[in-house]
This record gives sequence, C-alpha cells and structure tokens, in this order.
Amino acid sequence: MYPENLRYTKEHEWIRVEGDIGAIGVTDHAQQELGDIVYVDLPKPGTQVEQGKTMGSVESVKAVSDIYAPVSGEVLEVNGALAEAPEKLNQDPHGEAWLVKIRLSAPSEIDKLLSAADYQNYIGAEK
Amino acid sequence: MAAAAALRATPLNPVHRALGAKLVDFGGWEMPVQYSGIIEEHQAVRRAVGLFDVSHMGEIEIRGPEAGLLVDFTATNHARKLHIGQAHYSGLLYPHGGFVDDILVHKVADDHYFLCVNASNQEKDYEHIRAFNRFDAQVDSAGERYAQLAIQGPKGPATLQKLTAVDLSSIRYYWFADGTVAGAPARIAHTGYTGEDGFEIYIPPAEAGRIWNEVMRAGAEFGIKPCGLGARNTLRLEAKMALYGHEIDASISPFEAGLDWIVKLDKGDFVGREALLRQKESGIKRKLIGFEMRGRGIGREGYEVFLDDAPAGWVTSGSPSPTLNKNIGLCYLPADRAEIGRIIRIVIRNQPVDAVTVETPFYKRAK
Repeated sequence: MYPENLRYTKEHEWIRVEGDIGAIGVTDHAQQELGDIVYVDLPKPGTQVEQGKTMGSVESVKAVSDIYAPVSGEVLEVNGALAEAPEKLNQDPHGEAWLVKIRLSAPSEIDKLLSAADYQNYIGAEK
Repeated sequence: MAAAAALRATPLNPVHRALGAKLVDFGGWEMPVQYSGIIEEHQAVRRAVGLFDVSHMGEIEIRGPEAGLLVDFTATNHARKLHIGQAHYSGLLYPHGGFVDDILVHKVADDHYFLCVNASNQEKDYEHIRAFNRFDAQVDSAGERYAQLAIQGPKGPATLQKLTAVDLSSIRYYWFADGTVAGAPARIAHTGYTGEDGFEIYIPPAEAGRIWNEVMRAGAEFGIKPCGLGARNTLRLEAKMALYGHEIDASISPFEAGLDWIVKLDKGDFVGREALLRQKESGIKRKLIGFEMRGRGIGREGYEVFLDDAPAGWVTSGSPSPTLNKNIGLCYLPADRAEIGRIIRIVIRNQPVDAVTVETPFYKRAK
C-alpha cells in the first residue's frame, strides 16, 4: 500500500526525493479520511517552505485540512492539473496527484521522516 | 480510536463496519459518515434511492387523555389539529423562546402522540417535556425501542413497496401508517430530511439488520446505495432544512430561523409563547439567509460574515452542493440587511471571500 521509496510524516504527507529535488503529496490514508476532495491550495513556485510548517491546504466536501511541509526548501513546480481535477487526489494520491516539487535546502531533514513500515504502524495505531 | 468504547452504537453498527463505512463520533454516537463517498451517495438519493441508518434519533411517546394538551403546551405547532395518521414539524422551546430541539410530531391516536427527536437531545427533551407536564399524560422515553431507517430518493417508494402490503401511494406527504415491513411491525412515515421523496420507518431494533438487508436487496435494481451522515447533511442543506446546533439552538428563536410556519401563536398558551409575542412586537434582530459563494472557497460553519467591512454575522452551515455544483451555505445577518442579492464577505481562513445572498431552498424537487 505505502511505497517503500517514499518517506512520510505524522501529518500524512509523503515525499519522494531524487537528488536534491523532492515531490510532495498527501497519503492514501489522508485522502480516505478527507473523502471527496474539492479544492487544493498550494504555494506558488519560488515560495520557501519550512519543515513542519503549513504550506497549503486540502479541502473536501466535509472539511478543510492543512498541508505541512515534510522538509524545507523552495517550491519549483506546482501540479496544475489538481486545480481542475482535485478528485485525482482521491484516485492516485501517491502517484499522479503529487502536489509540489521543491528543491531541498536541508536534505538531512529527511532522516526525521517515517519509513513506509513506520507510517503503516503509525496509522494502524491511530485507528 | 480508543474513545470509541464510550460511544453509543445503533443495532446496525456491525453492518456499517462490514460495509467499510467511515465511522465518526456524532453527538456521542458512533455513526457512518460515508460508505462509498459523500458525492456518490448524495447523487444516489437525488437520482435513485439511498438507505440511511438513523436509529440514533430519539423517540418520545406521549399518552393519555391530555396527551394533546401536553404536546401543544410544549411544542410550537398545533398538534391537536393533526389528523390521526398525520405528522408535522415542530419546535420545543425554552421560556425565553430559544430552541430545546426541533422535532417531528406524529398523531397516532387522540390520546397518543409519537415524537421523533434529535439523538443528542433526547434525554434533554424528555426532561424538558416532563418538567412542564401538569396534564393527565404520560411521557415515555422510547429511543431504545425503535430503530429507524430512511429510504430516500425518487425510487424510495418503489423500493419500500416491495416489502410491505401497505399501499404507499395512499400515504400523503407528512402522513404515516402502521403496518409491516419485511414481516416486522413498522411505523411507515412519508417524511424525510433530504428534500427528496421517500419514507422513514420505525422498526424493532432486533429486526434492523434483517430489514436493512431486505431494503438493500429491494433497491438493488435501482442502484440503491447505503448513505451516511455526510450525504444526509449535504442533502438537507440543499433543501434548507435546519440542523440543531447549527441553524438553531438555545439562543435562536423560530422567527430568526425563518420557521414562523411552525409557530401557532393563537392556539393557546405554550412554553416560549410570551417571548415570541414580545419578539413579534419588537421585530427580530437577525435572520437566517442562504448564500452562494462567488469567490473561490467554501464558507463553513462558524466562519464570520462581513457586511461593508464590518463583522455582521456568522455561517451556520456551508458545503459544496453536489446537485448545483456550487458552494452554498446558510448564515445569520442583521434582519434589516438580510435581503436577497446582497454581496457579503465570508472570512475563510483570514481571507475575505465574496458571496451573494440567494433565495432558498437551494434545491426543490420536481413534483
């Protein structure tokens, strides 16, 4: 369920790092909890985001939820497809529905994040 | 969820778990908020039929020669004017005119009224009615004796008809009949909280699981879906039906909530009447009104509403409307400024976003 090549936060974001670039998304658990997603608010390219701080929000029919930056860095690219089709977040949260790509400013921050197995345990416990 | 142990559950709780429903704490009850998804469930009710477990709702029975007098003294609508087999929407008020609860009153017999009340208010309602019972009437808290299912949608009547010998087409809107459903005794009411056609049935808790399955089977040819409280909320909001704790509560009067039609001031004395008479004379200060978002965002419950850059009211409910494909909501505004077509600003996470007040209900089914 939770890909091994991603790292996870307790706030239910994931990051896939290649070199010093990281793609960020929200987890399958998060999209299930939220239900039908209707809006995604994301930072513009050029924005500096800081690990553990709010960088945007996801809104479903039922509720709105903050997105926290899993690591610090500069936003390079935003997944524009989500503005038109936010439901992609319900359909493919770990793939097509990535939110932003950032250039990591402190790659060692990754070490603080959860592995797939740890995240799975964490949401198991949360349930 | 360790706290789940303390939550109350309906007899259908194991069914919801087996269906993979997402369960939430709803006023102390562990209830399904969704099964397949709120939008899909919402559309099932608007286009075909949906099945809701609403067994958390409370029931109060009032019996005795003066049962009607007690109901009329504690509820705002005129219960003694109901025919036997007829139901109506009504309000229980505090002496100061705010809501204890909003309820459905069914007249079973001249000496027997059956009240359907909100789940989390049932103990409070029971105590409230008893406190004003100076009549020859018995008040009986009956929530444990009934499970309740709502079969809602244009195919709701056809679905339920397969399971009962009662001719459903003979039960007019807001009337009810006692009969059987799938062989079990049932009170079959032509009522609902979705703005769609359909029925609500009161059945023995021990039969709830079996009847649920029978209804699902009967509705299969129409594409029936189990529906949770999430869809129930978006459906009732489109139909502008009040939800206790949102549009109405102890601080809100029926006039402010636009529920003048359930208040019968000339039926004789009732709890809250004096306060309402005074309010009628002096005029209400605030009024419930519908809005549609103009800007991007959803004005949700509790968000502040600004008029001309000054705080003027608050949102009671807000959501995307799956039927209209717009973001809609209800809010309180100063009564003298609550007219249709006014631009308002709703503060959505520190950002003022434009909305416009509109006619309600947002959705009305074609008859």
